[in-house]
Amino acid sequence: MTLTKRIIPCLDVDRGRVVKGIRFVNLRDAGDPVEQALEYERQGADEIVFLDITASSDNRETVIDMVRKTAYELSIPFTVGGGIRSYADARRVLMAGADKVSLNTAAVQNPRLITEGAEIFGSQCIVVAIDAKRTGERSWEVYTHGGRRGTSMDAVEWAMKAEEMGAGEILLTSMDFDGSKDGYDLELTRLVSEGVNIPVIASGGAGNPAHIYNALTVGKADAALAASIFHYAEYTVGEVKRYLMERGVPVRVVRHPNQGDKERPA
Amino acid sequence: MRVAVLDLGLGNILSIRRGVERAGAEVIVAQGDQEAEGADAVVIPGVGAFRDGIRALLGKFGRTVDRIRRGEIPALGVCLGMQLLFTKSFEGGDHLGLNLISGEVVRLPPTVKVPHMGWNSIRVVKHGVLTSGVSDGEYFYFVHSYYCIPEEIEVTVAETEYGVPIPAIIEKGAVFGTQFHPEKSGEAGRIVLKSFLEGAKR
Repeated sequence: MTLTKRIIPCLDVDRGRVVKGIRFVNLRDAGDPVEQALEYERQGADEIVFLDITASSDNRETVIDMVRKTAYELSIPFTVGGGIRSYADARRVLMAGADKVSLNTAAVQNPRLITEGAEIFGSQCIVVAIDAKRTGERSWEVYTHGGRRGTSMDAVEWAMKAEEMGAGEILLTSMDFDGSKDGYDLELTRLVSEGVNIPVIASGGAGNPAHIYNALTVGKADAALAASIFHYAEYTVGEVKRYLMERGVPVRVVRHPNQGDKERPA
Repeated sequence: MRVAVLDLGLGNILSIRRGVERAGAEVIVAQGDQEAEGADAVVIPGVGAFRDGIRALLGKFGRTVDRIRRGEIPALGVCLGMQLLFTKSFEGGDHLGLNLISGEVVRLPPTVKVPHMGWNSIRVVKHGVLTSGVSDGEYFYFVHSYYCIPEEIEVTVAETEYGVPIPAIIEKGAVFGTQFHPEKSGEAGRIVLKSFLEGAKR
């Protein structure tokens, strides 16, 4: 018995719709985040991350509505990130049914938010997302505001501080590799993973199953997040897991295809 | 079949409610003893810290706890809910639990990353009600920093391993517990909840 490495598809959501949602044969509506998440659950995803990239802040209700519907339908854990600026925001998302919230800019600006959230909801609900950009040999700077603003904070040190403050998990994105499809930043992933005693999710750069394999082995990550390779159906989650399993990485293999009910809340 | 999910007020219980519904029961989210009264079984959900959990349980559901104690109503404790069934926990100090199961709740060893978060497989160590529909090696979703050490080993029907052996499913009479979250464990979790409902009918 071993704790398995998790494969986590990420869905970018803008005003309640999946960005560039593609049409899986069995989906009625490719832009519906709930349908996409359910498709990933059927493929064997271990968790789902929703990243709300809506620019305006007047869509709180849309997000909460999505969280509620997702919680109603999905039977695997899911995290919601993007636009969570305060304890009140985090609380609303968690009370609507999300298992975890991911804090990025708000955690940097007010690290007490991590502690407060962890004390009330438990560390396992609080993910600290770190966007890191390489600045030299073995050094990475933390960026906030969707990667637009530097902080002059060191990414590895910030991860350790976040753990100290009560974070239950680190979602680590390499800005240099994100979108490149050249693989994850293995050095960064490994340094953070070895530096903290909480799970680390590697993110940014997945282009094929070998990249994910490397993040989980060389990078020592506990989980790998990927968006486009699943999103554009280049690989299914099941295919990635088979690849990993054949190479000795412990992964959960879904034995019962989920037949889940299809009724919706009124 | 009506199941009362005891709302300890420690966070979101929508997921466990939906999980029990998916397994085929009608769910009452109970705020107190009165609402739990008409139920055929109760679920003690698994969010929050031990101290707050035991306070809320004894404070809001004293009579329900007595009925569980007397074996009058089947109960399933999930994650923290399972830990509350034990004698004592060391989470955030020393706190007494329900003592329905003799044993302690202690922190995971420093040799592993804490919390134990993610999908782990179980080993079925003996035949039980909750294990009737799952096979050895099935995966479930765990999220916890503390684990139970029962005094009587026979209460453990399935275990997992994370640095140490961890009881994953316990059963004693009409008292059941899962350290994992069945409501977050996909189809395998639904089957465990269904087995609980079937066991509770008898």
